[in-house]
Amino acid sequence: MPEPMGFFTDTTVCIGCKACEVACKSWNQLPARGGGTAELSGQSYDNTLRLSGNTWRHVKFVEQFDKPYEGRWLMLSDVCKHCVQAGCLEVCPTGAIIRTEFDTVVIQSDVCNGCRSCIGACPFGVIDINEVSGTAQKCTLCYDRMSVGLEPACSKACPTDSIQFGPIEELRKRAAGRVEQLKAAGESRARLYGADPNGPLGGLNAFFLLTDEPEVYGLPAEPELPSRNLASSAALSAAGAAVVGAVGLVTLRHNRMRDVAEAERSDPNSEQKP
Amino acid sequence: MPDTFFTEPPHWRWLIALYFFIGGIAGGCFFLAALLQLFGRPGDRAIVRIGYYVAMIGVAISGILLIVDLGRPDRFWHMMIQNKTGRPMFKYWAPMSVGVWGLLIFGVATFLATLGALYEDGKVPWRLASAFMRGPWSIVIDVIGGLGGFFLAGYTGVLLSVTNRPVWADSSWLGVLYLLSAASCAAAVLILVARRRRLSDGTSVRELERFDKYILALELIVLIVFVISLGSAGRAFLNAWGAVLVLVVLGGILAPMLIGFGRVAHFRGRPLTAGTAAALVLLGGFMLRITTIFPSEQVRVVGTRVTRP
Repeated sequence: MPEPMGFFTDTTVCIGCKACEVACKSWNQLPARGGGTAELSGQSYDNTLRLSGNTWRHVKFVEQFDKPYEGRWLMLSDVCKHCVQAGCLEVCPTGAIIRTEFDTVVIQSDVCNGCRSCIGACPFGVIDINEVSGTAQKCTLCYDRMSVGLEPACSKACPTDSIQFGPIEELRKRAAGRVEQLKAAGESRARLYGADPNGPLGGLNAFFLLTDEPEVYGLPAEPELPSRNLASSAALSAAGAAVVGAVGLVTLRHNRMRDVAEAERSDPNSEQKP
Repeated sequence: MPDTFFTEPPHWRWLIALYFFIGGIAGGCFFLAALLQLFGRPGDRAIVRIGYYVAMIGVAISGILLIVDLGRPDRFWHMMIQNKTGRPMFKYWAPMSVGVWGLLIFGVATFLATLGALYEDGKVPWRLASAFMRGPWSIVIDVIGGLGGFFLAGYTGVLLSVTNRPVWADSSWLGVLYLLSAASCAAAVLILVARRRRLSDGTSVRELERFDKYILALELIVLIVFVISLGSAGRAFLNAWGAVLVLVVLGGILAPMLIGFGRVAHFRGRPLTAGTAAALVLLGGFMLRITTIFPSEQVRVVGTRVTRP
């Protein structure tokens, strides 16, 4: 049995070159955008803007320029987190989403029927519909490459090793060491996001080193499974159904009682029962 | 900002909103028809049959809407049968999986009850169908269909709650809200049809009106609780959708309730009837789905910024 594999993305060394995006599209034969036409966002140097059914890697540009001549860039190469407890896998009604032998999460495109449950269930907004296939799609962590012992295309292409691929346990040790190194160098805000197996979603198999709050990078602080609401929501609905049933019965019983009373008034000797 | 604002919308829009509305009415109509069939009077039978017919039409339209909305409609059956193994596909913890089977079971019960109603109306000649309208089989069908109707009316809200989207996942009250709305809309449909076709001596319609106004009162309470329970996620309504939600409360719940309780009898000199109240309930019920689905659908992350309508 292969050990769990994943990505450690060190955002401090990302230069925003988007080589990972291009490598991902190239290997997975994904179109650029909108039928192959690239568009400018008009609000950022980042023109990809989001992960989608066509874009399984996206280098986010956090452009913090509040004052002239002051500011900073933060870059984060975003991707499916391959959650240990995956919301998408949990809600998929066709069984299209599976966990592989590498502990990664993959959508089988020949099974998915495009119901889009998984899109709303993902706490990171990773999944979307691929307009060509009509099915939900996202990063497979290059399952086809991993199956033959190759490294995923994005990490292979990364020129600064911001995206590192390997066994999760090894990556966690490497990431902890890097955080210590950064803190020693004065970057006190350095932290890991998703590396803790006891943290949210049982840990993420694609985790990140950040130097600010997760929200700054467009990441949720405490991602949760969609099923957290299942019991309470279903119980309230069942209670509501019981109340509606009771109101219906009382209304009809009132109706019948009045019929009986009227019948008795018109014929006092009758033995009609309700 | 709540974590739910960092997610992507599933593109559940008009077709799904329409399904939630029509499916809810179908479920509610069957439930009310079954209740009248089991506990009502002989004079109620015409309304019972209408309830079954509306449920049948509603469940058929619901199935079509769901299939058409899929990215790959030709694979709709993958939700019931695993395409690679041929085994049944069922996940009791996934609302959509449970919903598909619930819709199927409700559809079968509705079909049988409709056959019985058609026989009683003299529209089909098969004597076998009479068993679906009278006797022990009809009781079984009514119980299964009534429970299925409740399920169909409420699971849609649970389905939305079991996501990670703003508004939907920020409250557990959406399921019960949709269920109550479905019950009030179903009663409104039966009132409108019964009044238009003069199907009853009036007693049953008055009881449906009584039922409707109490359910509307409950719906109003649950809607207020729902909005409060959203907490900071309620910011999704700090736009035009908030105004629409207020209109839903005023026009779709309060107005018909006041008409029902006899507090308002005229509007600009024109008399307000139970038919007016029922029409407002239906409009309010549809708009309730729209105003709970679309504000969430329009929240998305662009770059690292969360955009709202």
